[in-house]
Amino acid sequence: MKYRAYILDVSKKLWAAVTDLVPIIVVVVFFQIVVIQQPFPQIGEVIVGILFVIIGLMLFIEGLEIGLFPIGEAMAYALAKKGSLLWLMIFSFALGFSTTVAEPALIAVAKEASVISSDAGLISNDHKTMKGYALGLRLAVAFSVGLAIVIGVLRILKGWPLYYLIIGGYVLVMLMTSIAPKEIIGLAYDAGGVTTSTITVPLVTALGVGLATVIKGRSPLLDGFGLIAFASLLPMVFVMAYGLFWF
Amino acid sequence: MDRMYDFVIDFFWILVYTFRDVLPILVLIIFFQLVILKQPIPHLKKVLLGGVYVVFGLALFLMGLEKALFPIGKIMATQLSDPSFIEASGNVLTDWTSYYWIYIFAALIGFSTTIAEPSLIAVAIKAGEVSAGTISAWGLRITVAVGVAFALALGTFRIVTGTPLFVYIMAGYLVVIVQTIFAPKKLIAIAYDSGGVTTSTVTVPLVAALGLGLSNAVPGRNPAIDGFGLIAFASLFPIITVLGYAQFMALKTRVFKLKIEKDAV
Repeated sequence: MKYRAYILDVSKKLWAAVTDLVPIIVVVVFFQIVVIQQPFPQIGEVIVGILFVIIGLMLFIEGLEIGLFPIGEAMAYALAKKGSLLWLMIFSFALGFSTTVAEPALIAVAKEASVISSDAGLISNDHKTMKGYALGLRLAVAFSVGLAIVIGVLRILKGWPLYYLIIGGYVLVMLMTSIAPKEIIGLAYDAGGVTTSTITVPLVTALGVGLATVIKGRSPLLDGFGLIAFASLLPMVFVMAYGLFWF
Repeated sequence: MDRMYDFVIDFFWILVYTFRDVLPILVLIIFFQLVILKQPIPHLKKVLLGGVYVVFGLALFLMGLEKALFPIGKIMATQLSDPSFIEASGNVLTDWTSYYWIYIFAALIGFSTTIAEPSLIAVAIKAGEVSAGTISAWGLRITVAVGVAFALALGTFRIVTGTPLFVYIMAGYLVVIVQTIFAPKKLIAIAYDSGGVTTSTVTVPLVAALGLGLSNAVPGRNPAIDGFGLIAFASLFPIITVLGYAQFMALKTRVFKLKIEKDAV
């Protein structure tokens, strides 16, 4: 009997993962057949790949609910109970910094940035300068994400309204845009979107919601969210500042 | 047999990379638990199992994407922006209306990849939990996906016309600021967060290929300058659609209340 309930549960979750993927499959098939009018290349591999995606998504979501969310919340409770602001800040910074600095998307973007900047004649063309530039950019972005989580957590503790900070951030982005070198602007705007990885997001969300739940007078809905928003805003400012600093 | 072997080797490496991405978080949590908090983690066994699920699930997910979706998606993006495809139906490369298939493709791929984006699923689940069901996880995901669809269609239009990126972003910020003043406070934080989560594992590689292919194809565009910006659009417009949805729902409730009051009188 227990076995049957288990199978029912798994098939329900599998079905949920299938529905998540139906739109992509429909779009891809439509364009391949109707617009591009070509047969599918390596159809066998594609089908196996889609099966992998479905099972992977199902496992990920299951793991999210029994692993990542609970651990994020447990850390939030434990840190709040300990009552040490310093350690909470150190944890927040380390969480933002360490998950961003090795992020593959960021590594790719930083490398591309060094190529663009040397093509535009903003930095010299030798290998060492470009490598140093890319590394510096990665560190700047990782630092900004760490700082963003710290500011976000402080906001939850103090109960500052989120929109003041975000709108302030927007104004800062606008000001930086007007003085930053124009080659770096597109890159800086994109940097905001690529910094938050798939594993960081659930952990950071659970941390925020956990903190807003334990601290008296905070609403998880109003105050618990918003950490990701900071983590995608601040890197824009830092990348533009980095551009200004170098040139 | 050879291909089976390749699959296993590929999966092994993706697993290693995924684990490497998780490693800093693992070290951080273990350090804090053992040295600072000195407390056992509740339900440790279950949490560990969850961690294994996450790493394995993500590795399988990425592997499948790389085998199935990314190659086709990238080929499509390049084929649709190929000058010979656009000119084949009698269109001119310099006219922005010639690129209609690109805008449609961008919008549809933006919508569909966002629905499958794991980070967004995570935030939507949490939002549903915290709001005790008043925010539906599916509703939030669809609203965000509509935002990304609109963002990518507009973003590809911008690449084709070569108008400066910052003008669009500034205008978008102004809209968000005005909406923030009027939108119900309850949803503002989630709206802001939904901007950052839309572009990760699934969307970024496909969108990058689209931007690069398109800026190569349109005469007079420089991929280094014009190829960027799609991700920025995709992180801005969901904020507008989520805030817009919140405003719409608030308005609907208000009209409904008015109607009830009127009926009562």
